Amino acid sequence: MSGYWAGILSILAINIVFAYGIFLPVATGQLNLGGAGFQALGAYAAAYASASFGLPVYVTIPLAALLAGAIGALIAFPILRTRGVYLVLATFAFAEVVAGSILNSETLGGAMGLSVPAFIDWQIPVAVAVLVSLFVFYLMSTRFGLTMRAAHDDEVVTDLMGVNIRKTQVTAFGLGAALAGLAGGLYAHTFSFVEIQGFNAVVSIYVLLYVLLGGTQTAWGPIVGATFFTMLPEVLRETLPTVKQTLATLVGITEPVAPPDESWRLVILGVLTVLMMAFRPEGLITRTMMERLQFRRSPSRAAAEVSA
Amino acid sequence: MTTDMLSIEGVSKNFGGLSVISEVSFSVPEGGRVALIGPNGAGKTTMFNLVSGVYRQTAGAIRLRGHDISNVPSRKRVRLGMARSFQNIRLMPHLSVIENVMLGQQARTKSLADMAMPLSGSRWRREAETLLGEMGLDTYPGEVVATLPYGIRKKIEVVRALAAQPQLLLLDEPAAGLNQTETASLRDFLMGISRRGVTLLVVEHDMGLVRSLCDHAVVLNFGRKIYEGSTQTVHEDPLVLEAYLGPRHNVAQGAVTNNGVAGDAA
Repeated sequence: MSGYWAGILSILAINIVFAYGIFLPVATGQLNLGGAGFQALGAYAAAYASASFGLPVYVTIPLAALLAGAIGALIAFPILRTRGVYLVLATFAFAEVVAGSILNSETLGGAMGLSVPAFIDWQIPVAVAVLVSLFVFYLMSTRFGLTMRAAHDDEVVTDLMGVNIRKTQVTAFGLGAALAGLAGGLYAHTFSFVEIQGFNAVVSIYVLLYVLLGGTQTAWGPIVGATFFTMLPEVLRETLPTVKQTLATLVGITEPVAPPDESWRLVILGVLTVLMMAFRPEGLITRTMMERLQFRRSPSRAAAEVSA
Repeated sequence: MTTDMLSIEGVSKNFGGLSVISEVSFSVPEGGRVALIGPNGAGKTTMFNLVSGVYRQTAGAIRLRGHDISNVPSRKRVRLGMARSFQNIRLMPHLSVIENVMLGQQARTKSLADMAMPLSGSRWRREAETLLGEMGLDTYPGEVVATLPYGIRKKIEVVRALAAQPQLLLLDEPAAGLNQTETASLRDFLMGISRRGVTLLVVEHDMGLVRSLCDHAVVLNFGRKIYEGSTQTVHEDPLVLEAYLGPRHNVAQGAVTNNGVAGDAA
């Protein structure tokens, strides 16, 4: 496999794991805009453990998940008292606190970043992404997954059904933080270098977009969202010069034109995001869509609908 | 004396300075079918919210089979044997019919294993399918609730409450928005539930349903109990008539006398 494709596969795998980390709280009804903070915690935990203690990757990567998960569960107690846009701001602020602390820590390299001695090729992130996907699919099929989705729809009624809402939310948030940390650990060893500028607010926004645009109702959403947004810039990189040349030919310019500016890719990404929000506000993959794919409408069902 | 399923003892509820329920007492005998009625704003739904634990009463006590549950958190009350439905349908719109019913079973889960086992093919799912079948709603198990007609959703909400296997079922306007045929079938449905030994407390405006379903009625007006007794004589009670139709001198022709006005002023 070429280096280019190996790199793309690693990034894709990391983004899928990261997206699942945000999906778990979002599916429970909590928008988490602090994704980069949890990813940074995991990345720095793995980087530090690898650089300073020479620990092997099979220790540093689980460590990354554990640390981020523990901190996520701890801050979940105060942070989940806030609602709606305040929760979004609180998680966002948390990520800023993490970034600021790391930037000011000499042990963690400050603005210089840390080199990570142990390198992993694409196979490990891909294997982890497969395992994490299977885990989330399993989780969503259990009664715990059911209570998560119920809490998303109506907290008061879910509580009256006998569900401990607080426990459900903290667990989902903590598990999500652990997965974001796991993605950070994979990131550190894939790129062999971490710097805090790589875990900025845009990263938090993008990963939330993967989840919201992919769909929060089924475990398929984050895979589709992360794949779409990871591959789109690559596809555009390949096709945009051809598109521009074709357009130029159509208006009668025969000589070769200069390839379009890189920033056009961001414009197209932005436009697509707006269109998706307008036409599929619940995400690309919805429950209704999965149901249509799985069940055919039976005659008895149609008859029952008429009589109802 | 047999223990009552539910007893409300001098319960009051204030929201800030606003008194919504004042010193209401009544009881629901085990296996009984009691209607809680009254004009809009009388405090019926507030009473349901107090019993189910959404609100805490300002004063008084609520007992379930003799045990004071006033300080039991709402999520634990369902485990003590009560379940409720809501005035405005509050099914989970993104869950399927069967998933809503399985959510209703939550009160009967005991261990971590119950939470961690996949639901598909489990005994929980088979049981929910059977329950839906018994209630004649098995045509829709996989359908997402948001897409279903109103009458069906209304019934599914009752089935979800039943999935908790409650001894006391609180129903908040189960017939609201249903036509006559649907109301009749709902009555039979609820009678069937009652025959299984489930105690019913029903808030309802449809007096036909109230009289044919319930033997006993409690009438609230402006947060106070104004009547408690048979559903057959409730419409003859002067206080009840006044609550629904207005004071006598506004209704009965010629009753507005100097005496009456003077009496009001006094």
